[in-house]
Amino acid sequence: MKRLTLLSTIAVATAGLFVALTPPAEAQTPRKGGVVRITAPYASSFGNLDPHMSGRSQDGQVHMTIHRTLYIWDSAKGEPALELATAATASGGGTVWTFKLRQDAFFHNGRKMTADDVVWSFNRLMESGKGFVGARWVRLIKGAVEKEKGEAQEISGIKKVDDFTVEISFTQKVEPGFLFYNMTTSILPKEEVEKPTWAIAPVGLGPFKFKEHISGSRLVTERFDKFYKPGLPYLDRVEFPIMAEASARDIAFRNKEVDTSILGPVQYVAYNNDANLKKNILEVAEVFTRAMVMNIGVKPFDDKRVRQAINHAINTKIIVERLARNKAYVATSWLPITVPGYDKDMSPYAYDPAKAKGLLAEAGLPNGFEFEWTTSQNESWGLPIVEAVIPMLAQVGIKVKTKVVEVAVLTDLALKGEFQAYIGSSQTGPDPLQTLRCFHSATPRTSCNVSGYKNADFDKLLDEAGTTDDPAKKLDLLKKANAHLYDAAPVWFFNYNKAAMAYQPWVHGLLGNPTELVHQYPEYIWVDATSPAK
Amino acid sequence: MTGFIIRRLLQMVPMLVAIALLIFVLFSVIPGSFATGQQDEGLGLDMAVVTRMRLELGLDDPLHVRFGKYVAQLATLDLGISFRSRQPVADMIGARMWPSLILTAAAMGFAIVIGVPLGFVAALRPGSLVDLGLMIVAVSGLSLPKFWLGILLMYLFALTLGWFPSFGYGDGGLYHLTLPAIALGVSPMALLARTTRAAVLDIMNADFVRTARSKGMNEYRVVVWHVLRNALVLVLTTIGLQFGSLLGQGVVVEKLFAWPGIGSLLVDSVFQRDIPAVQGCILVISLFFLVINTSVDIAYKLIDPRIRYT
Repeated sequence: MKRLTLLSTIAVATAGLFVALTPPAEAQTPRKGGVVRITAPYASSFGNLDPHMSGRSQDGQVHMTIHRTLYIWDSAKGEPALELATAATASGGGTVWTFKLRQDAFFHNGRKMTADDVVWSFNRLMESGKGFVGARWVRLIKGAVEKEKGEAQEISGIKKVDDFTVEISFTQKVEPGFLFYNMTTSILPKEEVEKPTWAIAPVGLGPFKFKEHISGSRLVTERFDKFYKPGLPYLDRVEFPIMAEASARDIAFRNKEVDTSILGPVQYVAYNNDANLKKNILEVAEVFTRAMVMNIGVKPFDDKRVRQAINHAINTKIIVERLARNKAYVATSWLPITVPGYDKDMSPYAYDPAKAKGLLAEAGLPNGFEFEWTTSQNESWGLPIVEAVIPMLAQVGIKVKTKVVEVAVLTDLALKGEFQAYIGSSQTGPDPLQTLRCFHSATPRTSCNVSGYKNADFDKLLDEAGTTDDPAKKLDLLKKANAHLYDAAPVWFFNYNKAAMAYQPWVHGLLGNPTELVHQYPEYIWVDATSPAK
Repeated sequence: MTGFIIRRLLQMVPMLVAIALLIFVLFSVIPGSFATGQQDEGLGLDMAVVTRMRLELGLDDPLHVRFGKYVAQLATLDLGISFRSRQPVADMIGARMWPSLILTAAAMGFAIVIGVPLGFVAALRPGSLVDLGLMIVAVSGLSLPKFWLGILLMYLFALTLGWFPSFGYGDGGLYHLTLPAIALGVSPMALLARTTRAAVLDIMNADFVRTARSKGMNEYRVVVWHVLRNALVLVLTTIGLQFGSLLGQGVVVEKLFAWPGIGSLLVDSVFQRDIPAVQGCILVISLFFLVINTSVDIAYKLIDPRIRYT
């Protein structure tokens, strides 16, 4: 029997970093009431208010306000924490988990949540003929694939033990917290989902209930008085003004019309140079790694020395300083700073053009070579970065032809393997095992092994990490796997994103969530009496 | 007149069909798809989900089957279901139409109220300092990028003076509408000023104006009865063209001011390859353009009774 022991152990490895990155503890007493206006910064509208349907970051802001899952992400500890479940007990070597559910969780329509809702929600995710994005987290449950294929009416691996107990059997040993903290696995009320108004007026278990949505402008939620955490939420309302333009967001923030603003590199510098604004910036090392992925199936990228040469030829530090304006951390290997398995003693590839030339010569390319680099226009991991790197690669004889495409096209090309190299940003956490599996030989390119990397030694490390019951051994294996990737260099390790959010001085209780900084659990947010929002 | 209106309305049908066909073909061949675009920042795709999604949305159907479904839907005035929100596209566009219309109308109102008198005054004093000054204003207005102008307006009237909010829809009233309307209306205002000036100058030198003056008609009557009415035909054409195209041009302003119009819906839909929403938005914008231009043609008759429709 084991209860989240592995999670607790590996979290210790990174706890210090979280302490450094999260805001200081609030000394004041939280005040009840008030409004917070959290900007939605990534698009001009919310895409889909059904949490099972959309995994997009901006939609997630609303989902976290209205809905709830079995687990939530505990930013302070850096691990998933029980939420709708009060206890999770493992048996069967970690393949069977029994969840005791809260008996005080109510949907916004007033009905109490029961085990039936968990069973129904997970079955809905695997409904045959429907493309629910949350299905990826449920597929490891026994019988889920059969349900997905239409071969079974129900997922056989989920059993309702009693009204507030659910037993879930998995096809392999899992840490369910990493699966079920995702908002795309939210527990939903069947009777509301089946109503035609569901898509426009969602009903959930979260601390705030839906009030109003003016598509393309704002979404408003208001306090749910029967929320299960005593005394929470503090606020009367959470509003999401949609502001995709950074400069407009900047003016609105300075004009005190919004309470939070995600900062781009330019604003990050400007706000840090302003004595007043500087005081209220929340920074966190997010679990995203930016890198140039090399297609191992394309010569000369099949040669490790060539890939290492590229890492040595690029002055990554100066690009992070000058272009990313230090709103990023120079990457060492694949796992980012806030993920267990990251080795703080490992140094990034040294900028050493001479060594790069030597490696190219060893690989039989003394005069360099030419390749096509596919990129989007993204300012943080797109064309501006590529243009800065081109002269550095030219110094060692590597010529680059750029191919500029939209992000949607970039994804398509990557999945089809129709690229020589491309630059992108990948989610690399919070689960290190799942993240590193993106380089496992058994992982197809279409899942996330976009470089097409295959190595038996690496596979063995990951397979062992996936089966061991010893948390320390697991962490050691993950570190070794991450070090293996450093040496194999299937990518140019560029940076780990540092997310920065400015907030008004009257806002308290924001958390440095490394999985996505705009994703806040709003029940902990409160505003003091100086807030101008009514 | 009635026959003309019916003819013009019927002419719109083949135009709309051609536009619908063009949009369908265009978005069938461009790379990128909604299903693969649903994973933010490279988490990797769950191909089983992608497959189910493609099946659910009919993305794997052959081109002719998809086209058949599309035409059949259009024939019943059904714009389909959005890939993104899974809501009827008609409902999504319906929610955005009113904000778009009031923004467009307010921008055109601003352009007409400021631009036409400016052009008129400049034409009455050609070559004077007033003319020069007004035309500098007009040319500047034409060349100012909407984005930059919008930021400038926000900075001045929201952040510095505090007269208006810097963004948002509010309740759709003037308080929130003013700044985006000015940002959108400055360019057509400048164009109207120049067009009015040119039209008035041209007519001021026409024989019938000279005749009117030589007959002893006072200048006020010359300007109002002869010059203004004749110039209005050209001005009205410009107003019609600008009004029709502003609905689609509003995207930059809508995004900047978080104004919930159809332009920002279109752009978001293009980026995410929400094809039904893209098709619906373009069709509605095109329809709006055609309706406005037909209305302008009808208005010609009211302004100038000499115009005959064949």
